[in-house]
Parts: sequence; C-alpha cells; structure tokens
Amino acid sequence: MDRLLNVLTIASGLLVLLVLTSLRRAHIRVEYSVSWLLAAAALLVLSRSRRMLLAAADLLGISYPPFVLLLVVGFVFVLMFYRYSVILSKLRDDNIALAQRLAILEYHLQSAKGNRSHA
Amino acid sequence: MTSTGKDSLLIIVPAYNEEGAVGSVVRAIAMVLPDVPVVVIDDCSLDATQQVAREAGASVLPLAHHLGLGGCVQAGYKLAFELGFQYVIRLDGDGQHDARDIPRIFETLRGSGYEMVIGSRFVTENGSSVGLIRGLGIRFFRMVLRPILGKPVHDPTSGFVGVNRDALQVFSKSLPLEYPEIEALVVLQRRRFRFQEVPCKMHPRTTGRSSITALRSIYYIVHVLLGVFVNVLKFDSRARRPGKSGNS
Repeated sequence: MDRLLNVLTIASGLLVLLVLTSLRRAHIRVEYSVSWLLAAAALLVLSRSRRMLLAAADLLGISYPPFVLLLVVGFVFVLMFYRYSVILSKLRDDNIALAQRLAILEYHLQSAKGNRSHA
Repeated sequence: MTSTGKDSLLIIVPAYNEEGAVGSVVRAIAMVLPDVPVVVIDDCSLDATQQVAREAGASVLPLAHHLGLGGCVQAGYKLAFELGFQYVIRLDGDGQHDARDIPRIFETLRGSGYEMVIGSRFVTENGSSVGLIRGLGIRFFRMVLRPILGKPVHDPTSGFVGVNRDALQVFSKSLPLEYPEIEALVVLQRRRFRFQEVPCKMHPRTTGRSSITALRSIYYIVHVLLGVFVNVLKFDSRARRPGKSGNS
C-alpha cells in the first residue's frame, strides 16, 4: 500500500510540475490549468493523509484503502473530461459561426468587387 | 445582391467536391428560373466546385473550412436572411434534385403560408428510388416523427426544401451541424410552424459519392435520434417554465 501511495504522490507532484511548466511556457491558459492543479493537489493530499484515506475507505465500505484514491482520481478525471467536452463544443460552435461569418464577408467583398468592375 | 421584395427568392446549393455536377445544377436552375439568384455554398471543396459554379452563373459562398452539411446550409440561410430574402429553396449540388420542381415548391410556399415545404419523393409514386439501408432509415424515422409532428411526413430526409422568412430566421440562428433535415422538422414543429410536402422527382446521383455510407448510416440513425429527442425535451422544458414561451 505504501508503495502505491508513494507512486501516486510522485505522479501528482509530476502533474503539478507539468502544469506549472506549461503555464510558464504559455502552452495552457490559466483558467484551464486551475482544474488540473486542484486535481493534482487533491491527489497529493489524499495520498499523504493516511487517516483521511482510511476514513473514506471505511465510509465507502472499501476494504483496500488505496482503491479509494483510484476511485477519486477516476471520478475527478471523468469530470474534467466532461468539462473539456463542454469547452470543445463551445469552441466548435464559435468556430462554425466564425467560418460562416468569414464566408459571408468574403461573399460581400466579391460582390462589391464585381459591382466596381462593372461600373 | 439584396432583395426586399415580398416574393423574393434565393436558391441555395450546398456543395462539397461536386465539380462534376454543380455546373449542370446551376444551369438547370437558370433555365427554369432565369431571374432568380443562385448561391452555391462551397463547403471547402478540394476540387474545382467554386470555379465551375461561377462559370455556370452562380454566386459562391466560400466556407473557409469544411463544416458539414448543416453548417454549410446554415451559412446560406444566414446570408439569405441578411440580404432580406423572403423565401429560400435549397437543393443539393449533386444533381439528384430536379430544378423543374422548384416552381412547385415556391408556389406552395407562397400560396399556403406554411413555413416549410419539402420536396418529397414519396408523396406520390414517381419512380424515385432509394437504397435499401436509406429506405429502411426513412421508414424508421417516419415512425419516430409521426407522433412528434402530429402528422405523417413521407420524406423526412429530403434535402429539397423551401422555407419562408420566419423559418429562415430560426434556422439562421440554429441548425444541426450534421444531417439537419430531420431535426429541422422537429425544431419547426416545436415552434408551431407548419410544413407541407409536395411531390418531386429525384434522380440517381451521376457523379461524386454520397456522404452516407452503410456504416455511417448507423451513426446517422443514432445521431439524429439523439438530436430529435434533445430538441423535444428542450422545447418541452421551455414550455413548462412559467413565463416562457415555447417559441423562444
């Protein structure tokens, strides 16, 4: 159990490091990094707090406490993937609206050019 | 090209890689309705669709990247709405729709006051044929749509559609991105809009390939079913909300 918890601690530390590095290089926007940092922090706290882990396992009736941690990780990531699906959907909608607007503007431009050449 | 006349009509032709057919489609429309403007909406074709359409006498609305049929048609609706057209008739750029049926759709649109008129292959037996899978899909969606629409629709997947300005306003704001025909019917019904079908002939495709293959048919059915039920639930929940109209 200790080894698994240590691995999860290292993994969460690496995740924090990765997010901070990406932030510094402007590869990720601040608003999107917050949820990753919170997830990594939750993972870190749970993997280092044996008492919280045991209490949660007891509450959920799980006999192997590290499994609680994996459950939490899974749940958090599902939520985050869902959030990103929502963001992607909005981006797609914005993208379509922009492409249509661009096409209409180009249409008007071509029409204006045509009118000018006929005049 | 702007039009504010009370009977102003714009023909839109969504096209993707249709250089083999779009020219004859545009010319056929010009033969039937020489004074009606035609806009080909090019969904970022990889071939010479734009050039062929222009040479045939159409204006071109060029999309910067491939949006799919719904996004492509919606761009045409937005343009028509902005330009002030009262009626828009859409037919496909693959040459399957017969331009000689356009006047019938237009007259029905004007005369009936209905918001949408569908050119249907199945209102009367006219020799139009569809593949086995598509035929099954059409029958399935007829059954699904019958209780939702409150009346039968014979050809719910038809892309030969005319709309008036009220429907144009709705569709220029909201139209499903992929496979828009069936969901559009539900959207209209939920807004208390009415539609009518008129018999039309549909020719087999002579060039290019249909975007709906056998495998994609399954995706199509699931996608459209989901879209239909989402629309039904969305409008029902709006209608139940106090102080809100179902037409918002």
